[in-house]
Amino acid sequence: MIDLTKKNLYRGIPAAPGIKIAKAFLFKKEIEKVVDEKITNVEEAIESFVEALEKSKKELAKVFSLAVDKLGAKRAELFEAQIMILSDQILIDRIIQRIREEEKLAEYIVHDEISKYQELMARSDEEYMKERSHDIEDIKNRIIRNIRKKKWKSRITDEEVILVSDVLTPADTVLFSRLKVTGYVTEFGGLTSHAAIVARSLNVPAVVGLHDATEIINNNDKLIIDGFNGIVVVNPTTEQLEYYLDKLNKLDEENENLAKLRDLPAETLDGRKINIYANLDMNEELELIIQNGSEGVGLMRTEQIFQEYDSFPSEEEQTEVYSNFSQKLYPLPLTVRAFDIGGDKVLPVDVKEPNPMLGWRGIRFLLDNKNLFKSQIRAVLKASIHKNIKFMIPMVSSIKEILETKELVAECKKELTNEGVSFDDAIEVGIMIEVPSTALMVKDFAKEVDFFSIGTNDLIQYLLAVDRGNEIVTGQYQEFHPAVIRTIKYIINEAKKTQTKVTLCGEMAANYKALPLLIGLGLESISVSGPVIPHAKEIIRALNYAEISGFVTECLSCKTEYEIHQKLEDFYSEKFKESSKEFFN
Amino acid sequence: MIEKKVTIINNAGLHTRPAATIVKIASQFKSDFFIRKDGLNINGKSIIGVMTLAAGKGSELTLTFEGEDEEQMAEAVTDYFNRGFDEL
Repeated sequence: MIDLTKKNLYRGIPAAPGIKIAKAFLFKKEIEKVVDEKITNVEEAIESFVEALEKSKKELAKVFSLAVDKLGAKRAELFEAQIMILSDQILIDRIIQRIREEEKLAEYIVHDEISKYQELMARSDEEYMKERSHDIEDIKNRIIRNIRKKKWKSRITDEEVILVSDVLTPADTVLFSRLKVTGYVTEFGGLTSHAAIVARSLNVPAVVGLHDATEIINNNDKLIIDGFNGIVVVNPTTEQLEYYLDKLNKLDEENENLAKLRDLPAETLDGRKINIYANLDMNEELELIIQNGSEGVGLMRTEQIFQEYDSFPSEEEQTEVYSNFSQKLYPLPLTVRAFDIGGDKVLPVDVKEPNPMLGWRGIRFLLDNKNLFKSQIRAVLKASIHKNIKFMIPMVSSIKEILETKELVAECKKELTNEGVSFDDAIEVGIMIEVPSTALMVKDFAKEVDFFSIGTNDLIQYLLAVDRGNEIVTGQYQEFHPAVIRTIKYIINEAKKTQTKVTLCGEMAANYKALPLLIGLGLESISVSGPVIPHAKEIIRALNYAEISGFVTECLSCKTEYEIHQKLEDFYSEKFKESSKEFFN
Repeated sequence: MIEKKVTIINNAGLHTRPAATIVKIASQFKSDFFIRKDGLNINGKSIIGVMTLAAGKGSELTLTFEGEDEEQMAEAVTDYFNRGFDEL
């Protein structure tokens, strides 16, 4: 173990995973100092101010297009507001008026006037207002620098460096992403700060919220950044270095082993092929998913889009997101799940329900908000031109809901045809099986849909009448309850009879004990989070289908979860090393 | 002069996007437009001004409009507030 009490070891918030050892590059924002000085040529000062605004607009436009490229249009929106400030006529007129009246340096007036707004922002208790104040600081410095006709110099060489800064503005972070920055350490910020988001999307480790980082760390100090644990070691001892080099080696080795699995099929010893898809939340995971050898996306959660951006995305914005994913994945399939709102997920409207889990969620909410639902259907259809998109409906509990949904899909198709917009007319529409009523009526649903996806988390909760979030009854939430296993078996069998495809996308598919059981039940397709894929493959490749299907028959006759649990535990430890468990929970 | 009281009803509050939209709507009119909150009086045609307003869900703001097209302006702006910035 590493000595965590050493004086050169500091802790911050782990914001992006990974370990790197490199030199520190201290990025201190050159704060443009201004002096309160009288001038004689007022018109010249005004002219240089106006020119500086134009120059700043051009610079930001460049950053903006780079940001659209790297982060997507939605996140780049932030820069648009900054560009708008440069055209804020009220602000501009006020500054020009003050230069004229006070006969002072343009940079002094700019500094004084904009700082007033920053003070107002800094006074707020809201965290995002402080972040916003930093953004305004960025604009202010940019204008002042341009009044002085100075260029912003990046002193970063070709060497790999770990960037250390008090705070990173979005513009900085985007610009640095082009350089060889292999890690980020910042004094301010949390998991949702710009630096954290960008670091994760670029796959480099980051530790944020490390107080006084720029005081503690000097330029060219040797740093170890441990993004898994939020640790930064400054000028490490031989012992610390050895510890981390060893850790890096193990990490490489593990990645190498898993990389070997990447191109191998998920196939049992006796040749039964299992399709492994990925569950997907955000843009940045896509690369990783492809690297891990996924066969496509089995579940794309779209409610994330508006949770991250605080608002409902418009049809155009959605189209862009889905198209982007569909293109990047092509020819692999992308299963888009309709907004699954409600229950434990945030409702966009303020409704207090006594029992949200049994309330207004999933398809129920969508059918009551037809305009919103239609905007999503239309966006999915518009993005479907490459014919690799499927559409999935959550929380369906009766046939009526799927019939109404299909009607809406038909309506949207008609509208798009009239508008002359092309789409995939044969787009597959499927449902999540999460409610016992739907599980019981699988055969009937099969006539109406193209595919099923079993959502085990909710299915278990509704089948056993146990609220997962209720600590008093967590013991009753039994993944291996005989009724759960038998229900899954029933769904798989009935679907097979009607030749409807079934995937399982709940946490159960990522459980090392459950996986052999599920495969033994006849499941041919699972969807799990990206990092689990290689591990799931490893397990599948060590199984013998003929053997486990016999074993599963035994489990199906068990009457208690305990028996099933024991059987699975024994089976697993016979087959696999202890170590492979670590990656599952 | 027209004075209107509005309440922020969308979950995310007056964040960057609605701030920008308010300014864009207001700029289509000739009249003056101010937003008052907690003793601050902010010019509603100034993006940097509107951005200083930390107005979360449930916050109450007073809007004032004055000028030749104040009625149309008041209607367009309050309508946008009442629609929850199109985020409901």
